[in-house]
Amino acid sequence: MSTSTQSQPAAAPQRGGEYLLEVQGVEKHFPILRGAFFKRKVGAVRAVDGIDLAVKAGETLGLVGESGCGKSTTGRLMTRLLEPTGGKVILEGRDISHLGVSQMRPLRREIQMIFQDPYSSLNPRHTVGSIIGAPLQVQNIKTAHGQKREVQRLLELVGLNPEHYNRYPHEFSGGQRQRIGIARALALQPKLIIADEPVSALDVSIQAQVVNLLDDLQREFNLTYVFIAHDLSVVKHISDRVAVMYLGKVVEVGPRDGLYAEPLHPYTYALLSAVPVPDPDRRDKAQRERVLLTGDVPSPIDPPSGCRFRTRCWKAQDICAQEEPLLRELQPGQTVACHFPITTEERSGKGAQAARAAAAEIPVAASTDPFAEPIA
Amino acid sequence: MTMGPVTSKSDEQVPSVEEATSTPPGVPAKAIEGRSLGQIAWTRLKRDKVALTGASVIVFLVLVAIFAPVINKFLGHPINEFHQDKINPSLGGIPEPGTWGGISKDFLLGVQPVTGRDMFSQIIYGARVSLLVALSATVVAVILGVVLGITAGYFGGFVDSAVSRLMDLILAFPYLLFSIALISVVPVTTAWRIGVVVGVISFFSWPYIGRIVRGQTLSLREREFVEAARSVGAGPTRILFRELLPNLVAPILVYSTLVIPTNIVFEASLSFLGVGVLPPTPSWGRLLSDAVNYYTYDPVYMFVPGLAIFIMVLAFNLFGDGLRDALDPKANR
Ligand SMILES: Nc1ncnc2c1ncn2[C@@H]1O[C@H](COP(=O)(O)OP(=O)(O)OP(=O)(O)O)[C@@H](O)[C@H]1O
Ligand code: SF4
Ligand SMILES: [Mg+2]
Repeated sequence: MSTSTQSQPAAAPQRGGEYLLEVQGVEKHFPILRGAFFKRKVGAVRAVDGIDLAVKAGETLGLVGESGCGKSTTGRLMTRLLEPTGGKVILEGRDISHLGVSQMRPLRREIQMIFQDPYSSLNPRHTVGSIIGAPLQVQNIKTAHGQKREVQRLLELVGLNPEHYNRYPHEFSGGQRQRIGIARALALQPKLIIADEPVSALDVSIQAQVVNLLDDLQREFNLTYVFIAHDLSVVKHISDRVAVMYLGKVVEVGPRDGLYAEPLHPYTYALLSAVPVPDPDRRDKAQRERVLLTGDVPSPIDPPSGCRFRTRCWKAQDICAQEEPLLRELQPGQTVACHFPITTEERSGKGAQAARAAAAEIPVAASTDPFAEPIA
Repeated sequence: MTMGPVTSKSDEQVPSVEEATSTPPGVPAKAIEGRSLGQIAWTRLKRDKVALTGASVIVFLVLVAIFAPVINKFLGHPINEFHQDKINPSLGGIPEPGTWGGISKDFLLGVQPVTGRDMFSQIIYGARVSLLVALSATVVAVILGVVLGITAGYFGGFVDSAVSRLMDLILAFPYLLFSIALISVVPVTTAWRIGVVVGVISFFSWPYIGRIVRGQTLSLREREFVEAARSVGAGPTRILFRELLPNLVAPILVYSTLVIPTNIVFEASLSFLGVGVLPPTPSWGRLLSDAVNYYTYDPVYMFVPGLAIFIMVLAFNLFGDGLRDALDPKANR
């Protein structure tokens, strides 16, 4: 098992009270079972493998990584939809790692979740009224003007017609459904909302509307967000801080501006170079400077030794295979888990070119010329 | 948009589970899935003449069963009237040969051998017993099947293994032998007997419902609305019966309709073997069994209750198949 979680003064300092939610060395290993009668454990998917994160009240923490790196699992651990197999989840100073359903129930008013798929997150057999009213019912909350009025208020809040109280989810578009999901999350007036890729299933034209709605709501209700996304461009505008995940680990955390301007981890660097550049004058240069990662993401069942990124890292040395890099604070508030962080020279034109060349040399199965592909 | 070879292996739905669900997420069938159950069923059923015929026959038979005493006032003779004049004791108690079981204007379906009772009233009262036993056994089976199936599917693990093995066991059981053995040892009074027969039939038929419900639950529990319910603090009872059950109504309805005819045959078989309802309560299975001694002289005795069972079973099957086509999410239409 990994022993990575010793040195996080920067990521999760013990200054209790300042943090709304903390996870300390949190792990989720899904057992792989075989056998018809008696299930034997033959291995484990190490979806989340020792993560430290802390969320300050009022901020938005972006959580970014490729598909399958464990972002949703982290979100579900934070909301205690999943029970961690190791480490701690701490909500307002209270360890909630192993609380049962009924012990968790009152705490669920504090922390809510917005789900990835607006089609499967709403029960097709319930009306909008009963979907948004469910939290009030479950928590047995009496509102001043009755549940119906409260639900209609929430519908209005997220920009939907309160008359649509009795409609079924299928009568709404994807963006409207996601608004219903947001209204449900707001019903309990939580402090913290975990938004799991809330816009990635939506049309690009609608994504901005939903992100803006979340932004407005945050200001109005002083909400704290953990905003999950699979690329850095989505979280750029909404986040105060960003955490980058790779294969069940956090590889870099930092303030938004610092991390986007000066990424320290090679993986963050590569992710950033893949962000589409809107300005056509700069786009050409940006494309030339792109670092494209080759090779597949390794399996979380049997992750590489040492640094998990080493199979795709152009800077990897022997030590990367032997010793797991721990998170170190290299810039104020910006921590990185890498033996050879990106240097200032490397970020200049020449250095970027060298990085590109080196990245391309990493052996790949089924390689096409990655540089021939324009950015979508 | 993301980089390099991004794999999509970890979408929220696990593929093997998704196969069993209604519609894969994001396909146009969504619009149909969301419509109210009644609407879907009705638009599709309206076009299905065969199913409609089945439904009419069922309605007819149910009305006959309910109003058997009223019908009997106008047609046929009271059920406990013995017409010794219609049978010939020197022929072993059957009506005169060549009269097709004694069929006449007065006795529409003939007379019973030995007792000389009106076969028509036996049949219409028999419909009551058949339907009553089959329907109540189905209700019990559906309740058992839904509760156990949904629990097994949602909780998985040990509960699921236990319930699934139990269902396998029951389905592989020599149920007729077991029923004969069991029913033979319980106290013999008419009310008891009907209760025991209903109990035995539901015990052997709930796994059919249980399997379907478990399978559907396995795929439903992966949907995010279940997690959404948990994230607002809902406990398992609310999730099972408020979130999951409304999504299971269609398959439950379809498979219950298909279990009814099986249960009708089950009841008839038990009565035929002498462990069903007790005489003098009329039952189609018992009429068939009585006919065994006489069919070489007059096949009509076997033919009349046999045809009645056949029509009832066929009607339920046709309607059930139609309902499945109209409602079953797996019939991608
Ligand atoms: N219930 C589960 N049982 C077994 N393995 C699981 C389970 N849930 C997730 N996993 C595995 O854990 C890993 C991380 O999954 P997770 O859903 O957290 O990824 P993600 O970063 O949210 O990806 P995506 O961007 O596709 O949503 C994946 O390899 C996935 O297959
Ligand atoms: S530790 Fe080594 S392999 Fe890992 S990212 Fe840093 S340089 Fe690359
Ligand atoms: Mg996810």
